[in-house]
Amino acid sequence: MTLTINGESRSLPEDPRISLLDYLRQGAGLTGTKKGCDHGQCGACTVLVNGVRINSCLTLAVMHDGDDITTIEGMGTPDDLSPMQAAFVKHDGYQCGYCTPGQICSAVAMLDEVAAGWPSDVTDDLNGKVELTGDEIRERMSGNLCRCGAYSNIVEAIQEAALETKTAGADA
Amino acid sequence: MKPFAYLRPDSLTHASQLTEEPSAIPIAGGTNLLDLMKLQVETPESLIDVNKLSLSEIGDEGEGLRIGALATNTATAAHPRVRSDYPVLARAILAGATQQLRNKATTAGNLCQRTRCYYFTNIDQPCNKREPGSGCGALDGIARLHAILGASSQCIATYPGDMAVAMAALGAEVEIMNAGGETTRVPLEDFHRLPGDTPEKDNILESGDIITGVILPAPVKGVQLYRKVRERSSYAFALCSVAAIVNMEEGRIGDIALAFGGLAHKPWRDKRVEEALKGTEPSLKGFDEAAEILLEDAQGYGENDFKIPLTRRTLKAVLCEATGMDT
Ligand SMILES: Cc1cc2nc3c(=O)[nH]c(=O)nc-3n(C[C@H](O)[C@H](O)[C@H](O)COP(=O)(O)OP(=O)(O)OC[C@H]3O[C@@H](n4cnc5c(N)ncnc54)[C@H](O)[C@@H]3O)c2cc1C
Ligand code: SF4
Repeated sequence: MTLTINGESRSLPEDPRISLLDYLRQGAGLTGTKKGCDHGQCGACTVLVNGVRINSCLTLAVMHDGDDITTIEGMGTPDDLSPMQAAFVKHDGYQCGYCTPGQICSAVAMLDEVAAGWPSDVTDDLNGKVELTGDEIRERMSGNLCRCGAYSNIVEAIQEAALETKTAGADA
Repeated sequence: MKPFAYLRPDSLTHASQLTEEPSAIPIAGGTNLLDLMKLQVETPESLIDVNKLSLSEIGDEGEGLRIGALATNTATAAHPRVRSDYPVLARAILAGATQQLRNKATTAGNLCQRTRCYYFTNIDQPCNKREPGSGCGALDGIARLHAILGASSQCIATYPGDMAVAMAALGAEVEIMNAGGETTRVPLEDFHRLPGDTPEKDNILESGDIITGVILPAPVKGVQLYRKVRERSSYAFALCSVAAIVNMEEGRIGDIALAFGGLAHKPWRDKRVEEALKGTEPSLKGFDEAAEILLEDAQGYGENDFKIPLTRRTLKAVLCEATGMDT
């Protein structure tokens, strides 16, 4: 029974009560993922499981046998920031920074969802192409609360990172 | 969280046998069950993880569509056939929760999600649903989210979900396998129940029953809409929601199906309302009369009195949009 966290294989905890969030922070010592409400309401605990974003507080670690988890520590390092991390720094997409790891994990997965054509509540045409407007970003990021209210800068950071990803895609 | 045993059966029969024990509960996405276990509202002795069962497929079933019990809400809302043939379902799902939650939430888990009544989720409060016979805190308390239709003196809670409201309008069926291995199909409208004297039972499932899927009938013609009214424009439960499928025929309302969320202990469908509208020319007066029929027996409990006029207005707005009437 193992799972992979940021490329490293680890064994699952024995106590089934341990949430994936607690396991990441206490079992694996990766404290970048934050505990906010612990009830799936704030999004601070957002991580990627097999590339898909979820709230790590509302899932048990033992339910992730064989899964591939990416946390903020797996996105980039202080010396080598990922494009989304760099955009958050540039646009000041935070104040206290507590929600930031969740915001960044969420935003990275969100861009993939848009690229895959998943519609949102504000998408006009369910069968059309999704345009990454401000409204789309706000709706798709509604699961990540920021008590400091840095929302407008968060949206700008995501817009910039989205452009960069697109350009990088076009170059490739 | 209270200690529990964790089991992950890899066959449906085994899963069903394990859940025959009343203190055993199936877990799918976990987004509702774990929330309630942390609050000690749910205290199962064992959790039966159904995620190893092959129940996540979405595929054609005749002219209709079969949505596996473990299909995520995201997969269902993004499925090409759901988007093109059953847009009301895609809209309802997308109007609920957040992308992170929908990525985990499953068809069966969503159907079985429990009420958001504040007394139900607080174990220090009386609640007949959580602890039969302890009383209903909401009756004389905070009841903003609560029912205006079909409630009882024992419980005035609402079923909080969106997906099932669209499924009710679509005439979906829930497929259930029991501990004996028999599979039955139940109209979604009959899956959730009214509280009556046994509010502890949200739906018709018995111990050992496992939901295996939801079947949508062949698509029908017409406009499909889901309008959800909530405290903020995203990420909140419905105060009132309307799923509407309306087919106009030569300026008159033809086939019509309407289902309502946030109003009762189950997705609410009242065929009398549909009958009253069918064959008529769309008019505000006609819509008012239809709302009157819907709300004939509506009762508020103080804090939620506003839901009665809110529902009337929401229904009228949806009917105007669906029939192309100017407002
Ligand atoms: C902050 C927040 C906001 C939300 N907002 C909304 C909203 O706006 N609209 C909305 O509709 N929902 C909303 N939800 C609820 C969410 O949709 C549900 O939590 C989710 O759909 C439950 O699915 P799950 O697979 O995670 O269920 P689980 O938590 O795994 O299970 C829920 C229940 O279903 C039972 N169950 C699961 N699978 C089966 C099966 N195969 N057979 C029999 N029983 C089964 C379980 O035993 C349990 O009782 C919200 C949730 C949160 C936390
Ligand atoms: S309304 Fe129902 S769920 Fe809420 S306190 Fe009363 S009995 Fe409990």
